[in-house]
Amino acid sequence: MTTTAHHLPHHHGHPGPGHKSLGAQAMENLPQALTKLDPRHLVRQPVIFVVWIGSVLTTVLAVLHPSVFTISVTIWLWVTIVFANLAEAIAEGRGKAQAASLRQTRTTTMARRLRGDGTEQQVSGQDLRLGDLVVVEAGQVIPGDGDVVEGVATVDESAITGESAPVIRESGGDRCAVTGGTTVLSDRIVVRITSKPGETFIDRMIALVEGAARQKTPNEMALGILLTVLTLIFVLAVIALQPMAIYSGGRLSLVALVALLVCLIPTTIGALLSAIGIAGMDRLVQRNVLAMSGRAVEAAGDVSTLLLDKTGTITFGNRRASDVLPVEGATREELLRAAYLSSLADETPEGRSIVDYALGEGLASDVGSAAELGRRGAEFVPFTAQTRMSGVDLPDGTRVRKGAGSAVAAWVHDDGGHMAHDVDDRVAEISNAGGTPLVVAIQEPGQAPRQLGVVFLKDIVKPGMAERFGQLRQMGIRTVMITGDNPLTAAAIAAEAGVDDFLAEATPEDKMALIKAEQEGGRLVAMTGDGTNDAPALAQADVGVAMNTGTSAAKEAGNMVDLDSDPTKLIDIVGIGKQLLITRGALTTFSIANDIAKYFAIIPAMFVGIYPGLATLNIMRLHSPESAMLSAVIFNALVIVALIPLSLRGVRYRPLSAAALLRRNLVIYGIGGIVTPFVGIKVIDLLVSLLPGLA
Amino acid sequence: MNPTVQTLLYLGTVVVILAVLHVPLGEWMFKVFTDERDWRLERLLYRVVGVAPRSEQRWTVYATSVVAFGVVSVLFLWLLILGQGWLPWGMGRSQDWHTALNTAISFTTNTNWQSYAGETGAGHTVQMVGLTVQNFVSAGTGIAVAVALIRGIARHGTDRLGNFWVDLTRSCVRVLLPIAAVAAVLLIVGGVIQNLDVPHTITTITGGQQVIQGGPVASQEAIKLLGTNGGGFFNANSAHPFENPNGWTNLLEIVLVLMIPFSLPWTYGRMVGDRRQGGVVTAVMGVLYAVSVGLTAWAERAAASGLAGSLEGKEVRFGIVPSVVFGAATTGTSTGAVNSMHESYSALGGGVLMINMQLGEVSPGGVGTGLYGMLVMVVITVFIAGLMVGRTPEVLGKTIGRREITYAALASVTMPALVLLFTGASLVLPAARAALLNSGPHGLSEMLYAYTSASNNNGSAFAGLSADQPWLNLTLGGCMFIARFAIIVFTLALAGALVEQRRRPATVGTMPTHTPLFATLLTGIVIVLAALTFFPALALGPLAEALS
Repeated sequence: MTTTAHHLPHHHGHPGPGHKSLGAQAMENLPQALTKLDPRHLVRQPVIFVVWIGSVLTTVLAVLHPSVFTISVTIWLWVTIVFANLAEAIAEGRGKAQAASLRQTRTTTMARRLRGDGTEQQVSGQDLRLGDLVVVEAGQVIPGDGDVVEGVATVDESAITGESAPVIRESGGDRCAVTGGTTVLSDRIVVRITSKPGETFIDRMIALVEGAARQKTPNEMALGILLTVLTLIFVLAVIALQPMAIYSGGRLSLVALVALLVCLIPTTIGALLSAIGIAGMDRLVQRNVLAMSGRAVEAAGDVSTLLLDKTGTITFGNRRASDVLPVEGATREELLRAAYLSSLADETPEGRSIVDYALGEGLASDVGSAAELGRRGAEFVPFTAQTRMSGVDLPDGTRVRKGAGSAVAAWVHDDGGHMAHDVDDRVAEISNAGGTPLVVAIQEPGQAPRQLGVVFLKDIVKPGMAERFGQLRQMGIRTVMITGDNPLTAAAIAAEAGVDDFLAEATPEDKMALIKAEQEGGRLVAMTGDGTNDAPALAQADVGVAMNTGTSAAKEAGNMVDLDSDPTKLIDIVGIGKQLLITRGALTTFSIANDIAKYFAIIPAMFVGIYPGLATLNIMRLHSPESAMLSAVIFNALVIVALIPLSLRGVRYRPLSAAALLRRNLVIYGIGGIVTPFVGIKVIDLLVSLLPGLA
Repeated sequence: MNPTVQTLLYLGTVVVILAVLHVPLGEWMFKVFTDERDWRLERLLYRVVGVAPRSEQRWTVYATSVVAFGVVSVLFLWLLILGQGWLPWGMGRSQDWHTALNTAISFTTNTNWQSYAGETGAGHTVQMVGLTVQNFVSAGTGIAVAVALIRGIARHGTDRLGNFWVDLTRSCVRVLLPIAAVAAVLLIVGGVIQNLDVPHTITTITGGQQVIQGGPVASQEAIKLLGTNGGGFFNANSAHPFENPNGWTNLLEIVLVLMIPFSLPWTYGRMVGDRRQGGVVTAVMGVLYAVSVGLTAWAERAAASGLAGSLEGKEVRFGIVPSVVFGAATTGTSTGAVNSMHESYSALGGGVLMINMQLGEVSPGGVGTGLYGMLVMVVITVFIAGLMVGRTPEVLGKTIGRREITYAALASVTMPALVLLFTGASLVLPAARAALLNSGPHGLSEMLYAYTSASNNNGSAFAGLSADQPWLNLTLGGCMFIARFAIIVFTLALAGALVEQRRRPATVGTMPTHTPLFATLLTGIVIVLAALTFFPALALGPLAEALS
């Protein structure tokens, strides 16, 4: 079921946009970037809008008083804006490709609506209303989102999940939700429609990946405000510079002032801010997770408590044999052999795990397979709720049974068998260790039955979980395991998995209470869920990831849907949320740190005509005042393009403590942000100084 | 003595005294502002004024109280100065309406910019009933706002920041008055005058006429420095021998200036329940102060032609080092007192003193204002750097969201906006340019210094600028008023946004704000933001002067 490698549009035959080189994507989205030069679009990004105003100003000046310097600066200012738009266009372009492929599945389907009297009526899928009942049979497309109210069917959901294996959908229970646009492969079901036309799951998915419904997230807004205020103060600083220069005896050229302003305002982060947000959502989509809002992605980064269901998330769903404990008078070999015999025909996962375990322990396979034994006349006794045992009667009269302790004891006792005195101790031992004990007994021909020992069935913790929880702890995230097991079993598994806490014998109410208690304490909570009874908790949690296999109530309540229905993915989601925030912070720091070098390029260049002594500040030894200013402007434009891949990919994130992350990112983006432009501007200046007319 | 050693010794003495003082004083202020009970004197005051001391205010009410108190104070003081001719001890002194308005705003906003000369502009009544009273209450207002911001961080899940009238009263009654009283006595012992004499005119040995001034100097001097006010009794301020007679009083005055600003971080640490948080603030303030002393001292030596260094504009009885340490203390604390003429400092030395103010008065800043200014910078630093740890940035469990960053950003750009706009405008306005003594870069520095001083509520003057004219009086007055009250309103709004939040528990995923790394970062952000804003202006002023 779980295939994280899947990528939404794969199965439609379109190559995913992620497969193209960034250069190709840039070329493809260039027209889009050019249309975004419209000031009505740019006014939403104050930083870039200021560049636009500056560009218009220099264009006018370049027309009135053309010179190599003025024209070059003007060109590069427009290039700056195009680059800024390109980042956003590429990020949006990825989503658009995905949306286009999803749209194909939304072709209008005809629906067979059931009337009150039981007769059918053909209507367009667009005309379905909430609560309508529709019939869908093998080969037909489900016309809208809904819950199965009658029947069982296999459904091909590859249209939304990219997973080609069909899934079972049945009325009642937690697997009743079906999605419009998916196809029924077998049988007949009656579906109650739960969404209005145009608001189906696929419609929402399209809107989400396309970014149409994208709203600025709280954090993005806060950062936007800081950038706007910074821009404002730089505008004032540059405006105030002209009268100061006039006082000092030299009027500054408007082109130079615009160049200074554009270099100072945080264009880098201003240009990349929305691309970072879109790319963050996109990274989730790549992992087949749909976030209903950017706010949820951000909240994922802030999560401090993770509620994880034990079964399926922390442990494999099934118990497995992990040991056998012989009792008084029996050998380990005897016990293994009997356990193996009794489980041969047992098709439950537990039964198969006993067979596997026995073979793995080197039991000679002289016993033969179930089919062989059957041919020789062995009779298998299946498990029933009454006997609570299963086993086999061999042709030589040997009878083997395995089952719950009390049931096996009764079987042994009834036939006048010997009761081993240490069985109860072994059973208690296993229970205390969080396992499930299965007692094995044998009755050989002509003898009384006797107990041989106990099989230790254990919840197997998925490999690597303890390590991942360790990483989460390093990130300051507390993990709480939720289980229906009794506290003893829960404690044992919790200890083995390395979670910080557990909630045993948990009811939906307990879960809800736990979330509220955590939130009261100021912590943000993330959880996964699929059942209808999870819905209130999913809604209450700050990050609620609903499994796609879950009910529509759960999917409505959560703010993310995992199309792969893989609960462990919650951990990745937290990482993506953090990566999104780190990328913003890193590029903001980089952007501001860049200003220092730009000052050393532009200020001496501007004022050296007034006060020749200020040439001392030209520490980069740039060729001429014009080449210095132009180089700074070019660097400013190029750094945007250079950082597009990083903003789309996100900065590398490793689970570390906040202090370690801060140190690391400060060195890379803070110190790096100070040094890089000194080198970059110098190199560009060497090239620019070759231009004629920039003496 | 080797100048470096001399600087280190003098600075070391100041540091040791402050290190000893800041613990009991910080602890005392912590007790004062968390005390549940009122003193009898305070209860009497509350009853007279009609304040219910136990009723706490939301940020809007707190801010309205501060601004209303400020406006009423300005009006009262303005009328008092205009009407001093009818009052006792008027001594025939007077000010123009615009000068008086400038003075009224100046003392109310804790700026103490004086475009009048003390000897001719203010009689004893105005000095005592008007100026000295404002020296107390304007300082008290600063402490109150700082305490309200601390409560915004420390408390959670409420909308109450405390009661301004109570905080103001306690600042004055329990903190400023007792220390000022002791300090005044110490100053008198050191030789500062304290009388109600009218000026005597005497004939000197050479036959010239000299006016010997009298007045209640020591009492005003103490609070002038303790409250980081800076308005001198005499025009020469602390360079005047009756205000600051000798080396001992000079050291005492430096300590008075720095003691409350350096103690409030301790109070902050105690009130938020984590002394390390206060430690970081103290450390950053201390480093900025020490670096500024070092740079200025170096500049004054390096710029000198003679062996003794640049003594122009400095009192010989102090010498370079005590002058520089005093200058850095008063420019870094919004005190504005001077014991030497900053105009005469070397270009770079004067530039550093100007930068002390342009940092936003956080090294260590005025009483209260320094702490809240620095905490606003903490919020901005946490926001920029905090994202880099992958969480919504938070200060002590309070997240920095849209509201918080808006108020913090507005609070931090108010000052640069005022300085840049008015300096620019005044440099092209003939009426304002005529007030400059010098031309060229030094003239630009004079103008820049004036607006920097006013917009930081410092009050220190570069001299050289003849500021007593309508345009400068009114615009500088406007800068002082806006810088003071707009920043206070933004700061209280920030406190209001923070106080309502629930506290998020700190985990290893939370960015620590008590580490040396954070202190370094905070220092860096304070410097970089000021540098980015003022570098072009400084390039045309002190830098151009120094490099040509």
